[in-house]
Amino acid sequence: MLLNHKGKVSCMSETKKIEVMENIHDENERIARETNDLLTQSGVFAVNVMGAPGAGKTSTIVGIAKRLKSLTPFVIEGDIESDLDTKTMNALGIKTVQINTGGACHLDAPLIQKALDDLAPLKNGILFIENIGNLVCPAEFVIGEHIKLLVSTVTEGSDKPYKYPLAFEKADCVVLNKSDLLPYLDFDMDFFSKGFRALNGKAPLFVVSSKTGEGFEELARWLEDRAAKG
Amino acid sequence: MHEYPITLKIIEIAEAHARKENASRVVKVNLVVGDYSGFIGESISMYFNHISEGTLCEGAQIAIRRVVPQLKCKSCGEYFTRRPFSFECPHCGEEGGPTEIGKEFYIESIEVQ
Repeated sequence: MLLNHKGKVSCMSETKKIEVMENIHDENERIARETNDLLTQSGVFAVNVMGAPGAGKTSTIVGIAKRLKSLTPFVIEGDIESDLDTKTMNALGIKTVQINTGGACHLDAPLIQKALDDLAPLKNGILFIENIGNLVCPAEFVIGEHIKLLVSTVTEGSDKPYKYPLAFEKADCVVLNKSDLLPYLDFDMDFFSKGFRALNGKAPLFVVSSKTGEGFEELARWLEDRAAKG
Repeated sequence: MHEYPITLKIIEIAEAHARKENASRVVKVNLVVGDYSGFIGESISMYFNHISEGTLCEGAQIAIRRVVPQLKCKSCGEYFTRRPFSFECPHCGEEGGPTEIGKEFYIESIEVQ
C-alpha cells in the first residue's frame, strides 16, 4: 500500500519501465519484403524512381521504356495530385496505375501493395515506380523495390550530393539528366562526382539527356542486365 | 504532415507494449531519432500531444534522444561529424563514407503505470 505525505492511501500506481527497442519502420519494411517476394516470384523487377520535382523522372522512364528489348514495362505513378503522367504513359501503351497521395510527400509500402492489386496480373517485366518529386523522404522508405534509381539534373547544381546525402547514398543507379544544357551552365562535374563517390562507391552514373536521347541506350542495357540478375 | 502518420505509428507501438504489460496508461515514451532519419523530434512531440488524446498515451511525456550522424574515414578509420559541403576527415584529410550512426528511428523504452 502506498501512503502519501498526509498518511492517506495514494492512488498513484508504480511506474514501470519496459524495454521496447522497436524500429518505427518495421511494419513498412515487412510489407515491402512481402511485395518484393511477390514481384520476384512473378518475374517482375521493380525500380523505385526518385528525384526532385521537374528532374525528368517521367521522361527518364519513357526514355528507358522505348529502348527496352527484352522486358515489358509497367508503371506506378506517384503524385500528390493529378494523373497527367499516367495519361502520358497510357498514350504510349504502357500499363500504368496512378497513386495520388493527397499531400503526403513520399510513397510507402502499403500504398504500393494496394496499387499492385490494381495492376494485376503482372508477369515478367520491369515495374517503374515513380516516387513523389522530393529529394528527402522517398529515400527513407522501402516500398518493395529491387533497386532505387535516382534522377538528378545538371540544372539542380553540382552540390546536390552534399545537400541531400541520403538519396545519393541509397541509390543503386544515378542518372544525371539534362546533359544537353551543360554548355549553358556552370555545373562542376568533378565536385558532383567527388561528393557522389564519397557517399556511394557502387552505383553507376549515367549522364543522359531526355531531350536528345544521349545516354539512354547504355542505361536501358544496364537495367536489363541488372534485372536479369534479379 | 510528414511526421503525422509516423506519430500515429509510435502511439500504436507504445500502446501495444503497454497492453502486453496490462498497464492502464503510458507515462513516458523514450524515442531515439537520428538527424538523418528524416524526422524532426519537435514535430513528433507536437503531433504526439494532439494525437494521443483518448489513447493509453494521453498525457504521456515524449523524450527524444537526438543522434548526430557520423562518417567513418575510408583511410584512417576514425569516426567524425561532417562539415558542410565536405566529406573530408578532420584527422587525416582523406574522405569519409556514410555509417548507420544518425539514421536511428526507434522506441527505446516506455514507462507505464
